[in-house]
Amino acid sequence: MSTLGTLLLRDLKQLLLGGRRGGTLLPVLFFIAVAMLYPFAVGPDAPVLARTGGGVLWIAALLAAILPLDRLIEPDLELGLFDQWTLRGISEEMVIAVRVLAHWLSFAPPLMLAALPGAALVGIDGPTLRTVELGLLLGTPGLAALGVTVAALTAGLRGGAALGGLLVIPLAVPLLVFGAGSLATGGESGLALCGAASLVLLAIAPFAGGAAIRAGRG
Amino acid sequence: MQGASLTLRDIACRRGDNLLFRGLSFALVGGQALHLTGANGIGKSSLIRIIAGLLPAYRGSVEREGAVALLDERPALDPHLPLGRALAFWQRLDGPEDNQAARLGLSDLMDVPVRYLSTGQKKRAALARLIGQRAPLWLLDEPLNGLDAKGVALVETLVAEHCRGGGICVIASHQPISLADVRRLAIADHAA
Repeated sequence: MSTLGTLLLRDLKQLLLGGRRGGTLLPVLFFIAVAMLYPFAVGPDAPVLARTGGGVLWIAALLAAILPLDRLIEPDLELGLFDQWTLRGISEEMVIAVRVLAHWLSFAPPLMLAALPGAALVGIDGPTLRTVELGLLLGTPGLAALGVTVAALTAGLRGGAALGGLLVIPLAVPLLVFGAGSLATGGESGLALCGAASLVLLAIAPFAGGAAIRAGRG
Repeated sequence: MQGASLTLRDIACRRGDNLLFRGLSFALVGGQALHLTGANGIGKSSLIRIIAGLLPAYRGSVEREGAVALLDERPALDPHLPLGRALAFWQRLDGPEDNQAARLGLSDLMDVPVRYLSTGQKKRAALARLIGQRAPLWLLDEPLNGLDAKGVALVETLVAEHCRGGGICVIASHQPISLADVRRLAIADHAA
């Protein structure tokens, strides 16, 4: 099997449902919990819920994506795996790129599925749900890239998990503005910009993450 | 493994504000082993990481000919996986190897999760990973820690065999290690 395939398989086994690092179940439960609590907090005002529900789903998705951050990079760094990969000529950039893909696969499709019951809970209609799902499809790759980058930056720091969350939130604002913004305007330009922001984050992540791992050595 | 070589020129190492050692030079060619000695904290592990290219030297240059395999205090095996599968991950990256498990006393442990292994068993498992890499340059950081007398003898045999096969071995250890024709380098002689 190729190096890439071997790395991806290991990452997926660790991150997917039933894997040791449980990157799937926790974000999904958190997402559903937020969607469930929102109508309790706002009250049973159907028009208000329908107008704001999409945005709430977006915030829930963004916060849910932060949950697995501390398990993305730090355990492998502590085990000495990154050193062993480097000695074998497997660059940090490649490991990070593979991890972004594995992280996305482990949380985004389940989250998009969970958006279906989530939409019912906050009472948004079909077209809005479609925009939310499209936005999540375009925005979650960027969220995954951002999450892995920040996890690499904060790995090994005391309180790294909390710091990681704080770092992700401001950097994820473009995704949220364009992704959730497309709900208000109903336009496709918002979705396109959300996808563009995702692509930028995806392009930066392997290099920023790789540099962070190298800088953290010593 | 022919043509492996390792040359260090005028290496200095700084950790934080402390200069640990300076002016350290040596050259090894295939078949030679070097034992780095010194008390805790003198910079043995730092030197090993500098040789591996994982830590930049404060001054000086390292020239390596041949791939590097590193054994340190971390076995680099997934703790929750059974030993057999944890080792299989590295085999997929390094290519299949002739099975050394029996020799390392690991045959009966293949179904045991790595986190349940004792310190010595983890060290043996890490040795299996090291051998499987088939790199000519072995860097061993405290390879004898946690090993019983039989394990120590095993490491000595493995190193001797590796050198006979044309490999190079650098061993950092505060414990004595009995090897024929091993060069010794006391880092304290180069302390800054």
